[in-house]
Amino acid sequence: MIGLEDVSKKYPGQAAPALNGVSFAVEQGDICGIVGLSGAGKSTLIRCITGLERVDRGAIYVGDVDITKLRGAELRQAQRRLGVVFQHFNLLSHRTALGNVMFPLEIARTPAREARRRAEELLDVVGLADKRDTYPAKLSGGQQQRVGIARALATNPDVLLCDEPTSALDPITTQSILELIRQVNADFGVTVLIVTHQLSITQQVCGSLVVIDEGQIVEKGPAQEVLRTPSSRILKAMVTTLSWS
Amino acid sequence: MLFRLLRTALLETVWMVAVSGGISIVLGTLVGAALVFFSDPGLGRDWPINRIFRIDQVLSAIVNVGRSLPFLVLMVAIIPLTRLLVGTSIGTQAAIVPLSIGAIPFAARVVESSMRGVDRGVVEAALVMGASPMEVLFRVMFPEALPSLVLGFTLTLVSLVSFSAMAGAVGGGGLGDLAIRYGYQRFRTDVMIATVVVLIVLVQAIQWVGQAISVAVDRKR
Repeated sequence: MIGLEDVSKKYPGQAAPALNGVSFAVEQGDICGIVGLSGAGKSTLIRCITGLERVDRGAIYVGDVDITKLRGAELRQAQRRLGVVFQHFNLLSHRTALGNVMFPLEIARTPAREARRRAEELLDVVGLADKRDTYPAKLSGGQQQRVGIARALATNPDVLLCDEPTSALDPITTQSILELIRQVNADFGVTVLIVTHQLSITQQVCGSLVVIDEGQIVEKGPAQEVLRTPSSRILKAMVTTLSWS
Repeated sequence: MLFRLLRTALLETVWMVAVSGGISIVLGTLVGAALVFFSDPGLGRDWPINRIFRIDQVLSAIVNVGRSLPFLVLMVAIIPLTRLLVGTSIGTQAAIVPLSIGAIPFAARVVESSMRGVDRGVVEAALVMGASPMEVLFRVMFPEALPSLVLGFTLTLVSLVSFSAMAGAVGGGGLGDLAIRYGYQRFRTDVMIATVVVLIVLVQAIQWVGQAISVAVDRKR
């Protein structure tokens, strides 16, 4: 459903590449965790998958389209196959919850009435039917992230890419957001990619795991297996901190 | 007598500020938006024309030229242009030309800084949803920056009040002209004080209205 083949990216002026020959594939319907410490290349990976940054080498397949080959209007079309959830929510402050969920539909030229119906439906799904007309500033972090998830699902994407979706939230809210992600994965069959430095959340929701360090993949496989027998230095260190919490 | 003088002068000032304010806000917004659009890698920086020559850098240099001329110098320097446009270089109509031209670069910088204040994450969120650069500009950046833009326009209008007083000194009419011809040259202290009071009230009123509108359109609080 989503696959990377030998993706490399180096920023001008930096000695080491941010990504160095990254390859992995995520099965349709899977929830895949991508873990690594700060500076491991997670952000660059997301920016490449979302098309914000161009890769130097390699291919990124969303469905069966290699998005690295696309530009302009074609790339924008392909980006609608991908819904993105952000760490800091990134909602439009001048639009209500409903208006935010309608935004990607308006961009995709969905007729207004249909867009509204779809947005209302999604706000129901994320449990915010009563907050339709509320502006983001009046919502809690967890509520804003629910709007963010509804917005990401609006165009019915094949893949839901979550960039540190719970890192700005408290532990209780984190649990409810993880539950919501698991629920939309089960109900809509959307493939989920969770990029995070919080190993504990991958343990809870991920079917598979990719561990990234210094721009390279150091481990990948079924989540429980990888977590039970970590082989890389970085994952061993992260697993140690996990047993504490 | 004093009342009639003041009323005429106030109307002249309001007219000069309103017309030059309208012109400079519209054109300043265009220039300011272009400065942001053509320098942003997610928007228009990599457009084909921008690769040949950097539109934003050229505009920025022109804006700096405009900003570096003292208003008094600008006013005199562009007299030929003023004559060409309105047929005369003295009077309220004539003052509108240098006022507008002087305020466009100012308004452009104000608009530029408001738009750069829009959260980068929100802009990138729109881009990854497949919004085109123009959609990002008009449906994300302008509406998100609106409260700040309104405050910037208010600042521009207040500056224009003080510019317009200077224009008055060289035959442009308005409150500045009144203060100099009556208050200073004819030793009419009462006119001087009245003019100062009217100017203060005018600026307070503009600022108050601007802030009220900015708050009314702000959804962040």
